Amino acid sequence: MCADHSPPTASPSRRGFLFKLGLALNVIGATLVGIPVIGYIFGPARRLGGRTWIELGALSRFPEGETRLAIYENPGSVPWDGATAKVACWVRRVKGDEFQVFAINCAHLGCPVRWFPQSRLFMCPCHGGVYYEDGSRASGPPPRGLFQYEYEIRNGQLWVRGGQLPTLSGPV
Amino acid sequence: MRAGVALRSLFQSVDRWLEERAGLGAAIGPVLAHRVPRSTASWWYVFGSATLALFVLQIATGICLALVYVPSADGAYQSLVYLNYHAPFGWYLRALHFWGSNGMVAVMTLHMIQVFLFGAHKYPREMTWVVGVVLFICTLGMAFTGQILRWDQDAYWGLGIGASIAARSPVIGEQAVHILLGGPIIAARTLSRFFAVHVFAIPGLLIAMTGLHLWLVLRLGINEWPMPGRLVDRETYHRRYEEEIEKDGVSFFPHAARKDMVGMGVVILIVLVCAALFGPHGPRGFPDPTLIDTAPKPDFYFLALYSLFALLPPWTETVLMLLGPPLAIGLLFLVPFIAGTGEKSWKRRPVAVLGVILIVLVVTTLAGLGVIVPWSPHMEAWSAVPTPVAYVKGRSPLELQGALVVQNKQCRTCHALGGEGGERGPALDGVATRLTRDQLIRQVLQGGGNMPAYGKNLSPAEVNALVAFLDTLRPKGQVPARPAVNLEQDRGDRGAGSGGSGAGRLDPPRR
Repeated sequence: MCADHSPPTASPSRRGFLFKLGLALNVIGATLVGIPVIGYIFGPARRLGGRTWIELGALSRFPEGETRLAIYENPGSVPWDGATAKVACWVRRVKGDEFQVFAINCAHLGCPVRWFPQSRLFMCPCHGGVYYEDGSRASGPPPRGLFQYEYEIRNGQLWVRGGQLPTLSGPV
Repeated sequence: MRAGVALRSLFQSVDRWLEERAGLGAAIGPVLAHRVPRSTASWWYVFGSATLALFVLQIATGICLALVYVPSADGAYQSLVYLNYHAPFGWYLRALHFWGSNGMVAVMTLHMIQVFLFGAHKYPREMTWVVGVVLFICTLGMAFTGQILRWDQDAYWGLGIGASIAARSPVIGEQAVHILLGGPIIAARTLSRFFAVHVFAIPGLLIAMTGLHLWLVLRLGINEWPMPGRLVDRETYHRRYEEEIEKDGVSFFPHAARKDMVGMGVVILIVLVCAALFGPHGPRGFPDPTLIDTAPKPDFYFLALYSLFALLPPWTETVLMLLGPPLAIGLLFLVPFIAGTGEKSWKRRPVAVLGVILIVLVVTTLAGLGVIVPWSPHMEAWSAVPTPVAYVKGRSPLELQGALVVQNKQCRTCHALGGEGGERGPALDGVATRLTRDQLIRQVLQGGGNMPAYGKNLSPAEVNALVAFLDTLRPKGQVPARPAVNLEQDRGDRGAGSGGSGAGRLDPPRR
């Protein structure tokens, strides 16, 4: 009679099955949560080279033989980007329709280079990289010249292809 | 009298009620009472608890800042300005959080040096050291991400530096940049990412690892004061530690804890005073990437790295940027496995002591250089710094023209004159004692030795004027540089016995 009130004892095979079922359910759950989480965190890595053509302005804004700062809005910006949606670049009009458009970022570690028209040099404030007016490396630590945009002239407007921070491994 | 007795019995019954249910006294009591070697109740042992106190301060002030701070690229800067100038005590909480973080990095470094010199990483406390290294890395991670949340120009361009380093990794460089920035450029998603890491991910890890670190300290006992000649041996260590505690042990509370408490109070007070005296740090300039007249600089914990990147030879840079940090961290993790037994006392570990001295000297020297940035061009020197009067007084029109070229062509961005200007290149005072006229022309036109070539950027007339001016730059009474042919002649003269200091006679005819 008393034996009836003792807790039910499961058979070893049933216990083993429950343990395995519990384990399996949790592994499945963790995987199903993990896949979207990893995809979410590493998602930005899958969208590479999302560069588009951007209008920089009328050719008349860029006098021949001069290098001018131009500003555009990043094509992939979101409304809460604020000022960081803006990107600056240096536009050098060599002559006629021949241009060079340089990224603002030093090829060394990405600091903003400044143009000095008097000495016709770009200088970087961080570690002292210097570039000539054609963007080639003059001195300092940069391993290469300035990053250049692809450009096109459409109906008297200068267009560049951009939308990503230029680095040694990715174009502008 | 009677009221006092009643109050006391009330306290006792509340305490009994709580203890019966929570059992906290039974859990914490033995922790407080556990015996430690008397030698460890020392001022040298207070840095760990002081770091913990600062961490608690960081959590408290961090939560307060999050009540107002807006982790959005278009609002973060304004919310920081609001904290500085409008929110009651906002400036003070920002200052506390900033000085607290400085303090935490500093005191944690002292703790690390102390435990290393006292051999605390040796058997059986290897894992305590390893967890400590994780805590150290997490704290530096907090320092870097916190600097980003300041969302000013330093933060923006600091991210550019981080991305440029990540981009140097082979194959996955571009992907690494996008993962770091949360997108193709530094913008809103970047800030949100760093906010989540700074406020949730790393603090969670820090709290968990701090718990594990403390558990290990309690489980293995605090490291005894190292005695020269008393070697750590896996067979006998535990027995000897027990013996020491039995013979000359004290209960942790209050014998050792009182010094810890003083240490905690002192570091917190130092942070409070620094915050009150020096105030919050930044934000240093609106994070508009089109405002390019900026010279970004990291907070002090990363100044040494910042200097290193300027001073490394370019060809070593990518390799060292990518392999340096993992190697350094790997080495830190391996310390207890490289030297896990044997001598504990710093008095008999010359390599360990010299290693610490070397690292401290290298890091402080680099950080010091990071403050004065001798390699950075002085962008405003050409238009803002005057030419020393002595260098223009009584000069010919051509030489004066040359002095103008020095200013207008930004020579002083890298070259100092009269102690003012850049230090990237050599100072030009006395340049005529080092370079002849021909060498000056060659150097200006062709550059070299880390100087750009000015051949295409200067007219012959400008070069002529510039060199005429540079030729006047030598201290009174010093010999100008002479061409090598004259040197040969000079030797011949000496051979003939004329010798002496006939400097004036050897002066090449000028103009």
